[in-house]
Amino acid sequence: MREYAYFPGCSLEKLAQSYHLSAIETTHRLGVELRELEDWNCCGSTSYFHVDELLAYALCARNLAMAEREKLDLVAPCSGCYKNLFFANAHLRGDPDLAEHINFALEEDSLRYFGGIEVKHLIEVIAESLESSDIRCAISNPLVDLRVAPYYGCQIVRPRKDDEDIERPRYFEGLLSAIGATPVEYPPRLQCCGGSLILTSRPAALALVRNLLQCAKDCDATVIATACPMCQINLECYQQQVNEEFGLEVSMPIVYFTQLVGLALGIPPRRLGLGTELVSTTPLSSYSHRVARKAR
Amino acid sequence: MASGLPFSKEVSNLLHAAHGNPIHLCIQCGTCSASCPVAPYMDHTPRRLVAMIRADLKDDVLASNTFWYCASCYNCTVRCPKGIDIAEMMYALKRYSIWSGRYPEGLIGPVFSEAFAKTIVRSGRSYEPVLAPSYIFSYGLRQFFREAQTATSLMLKGRLPVLPPRIKRLDSFKRMLGRVIPIGEIP
Repeated sequence: MREYAYFPGCSLEKLAQSYHLSAIETTHRLGVELRELEDWNCCGSTSYFHVDELLAYALCARNLAMAEREKLDLVAPCSGCYKNLFFANAHLRGDPDLAEHINFALEEDSLRYFGGIEVKHLIEVIAESLESSDIRCAISNPLVDLRVAPYYGCQIVRPRKDDEDIERPRYFEGLLSAIGATPVEYPPRLQCCGGSLILTSRPAALALVRNLLQCAKDCDATVIATACPMCQINLECYQQQVNEEFGLEVSMPIVYFTQLVGLALGIPPRRLGLGTELVSTTPLSSYSHRVARKAR
Repeated sequence: MASGLPFSKEVSNLLHAAHGNPIHLCIQCGTCSASCPVAPYMDHTPRRLVAMIRADLKDDVLASNTFWYCASCYNCTVRCPKGIDIAEMMYALKRYSIWSGRYPEGLIGPVFSEAFAKTIVRSGRSYEPVLAPSYIFSYGLRQFFREAQTATSLMLKGRLPVLPPRIKRLDSFKRMLGRVIPIGEIP
């Protein structure tokens, strides 16, 4: 059993609750335990970094310090949180002056960060687990013939974290193949969904959403799989508006990759939060029904 | 903000954690603008904005909407052949314009960011319904109702929080933030 400190992030509390549910269920089946960080606080999102950089690092550092106290590496399911926590960690490790300043602030909450933990995105942890042959045997309900558009989005890939291939990553496709699904070649898979602009610069964001939806349809994808609540919310909640404004007729379910992995592992759809979408996930129903029948 | 420095130097020095940004190395190749998904909506492309900063055209830079349209996708940053972190430069310009209270009329971005920061300072977590007033009244009537419709659908699916979340150790959290000497003002 591998253990991680788990930082759900604000979106997963309600708007993206299905991501939270499916993350917990799926990792549990994969032999990974996610222990939710007690009293975690917002990572600062994009907006806090618009206002003050140091305060934003203090927000991230508090979470890092609490995970370190538990002696656990930290996992974030949201790409925005992941990026913020990852780079706050890197800067605090690389800049003793910054670390001293931030630690002086953390004292107020009886915390100190020594730079001793790693920050991972949930998809890394799950993709890693799926590489093991034991786990592959646990895939009782492979999603055969399900055409999935693997949508990486931005911040999981960029800025560069290490020496990974950021122009041609393949781990999302690999993960989908491992659960029996068919990853389609989806050209805009690394493009931005405009998540940080949807409330403030609507026309620009809608144009980005439109392109992502249209391309998925053109690739004959049945669903788009995401690894970030911002991407999911943007592509799903504004789909109707994109249809109206651009005269399209797209009805594309947007699911979390954890929901697909969960279905493949035979976890009942309700426990994965399926059924709370604004765009119907009926195209997935044959796979869900199979799980329901087996569960009986 | 320290005065006496030329604007281009100020902007280069704006990144605390990255220890500066080598804006002076820009060769104006335009890779950033070509990689930017929102460049068509900006009144100056990223390449041009860098040139304007280097020419110390401070007023024109602060009057532009360019950095408020930046989606933080970091395409420009990872592709810049001279290692300029352009997306972080856009963040830095946002902070600069908020601190100096200089941004074009009618932009929702700065108002939203400040409202967001205040919510975090008050409760430790973000809460969507509290943020709505910072943008919803700038929308046209049609957009307003559409937004309300989406919110209602989400509520019916149980996806909107009813009560604002807050962290438990809120007092020490606030004291912690108070100890960070901000470069700008505490919102």
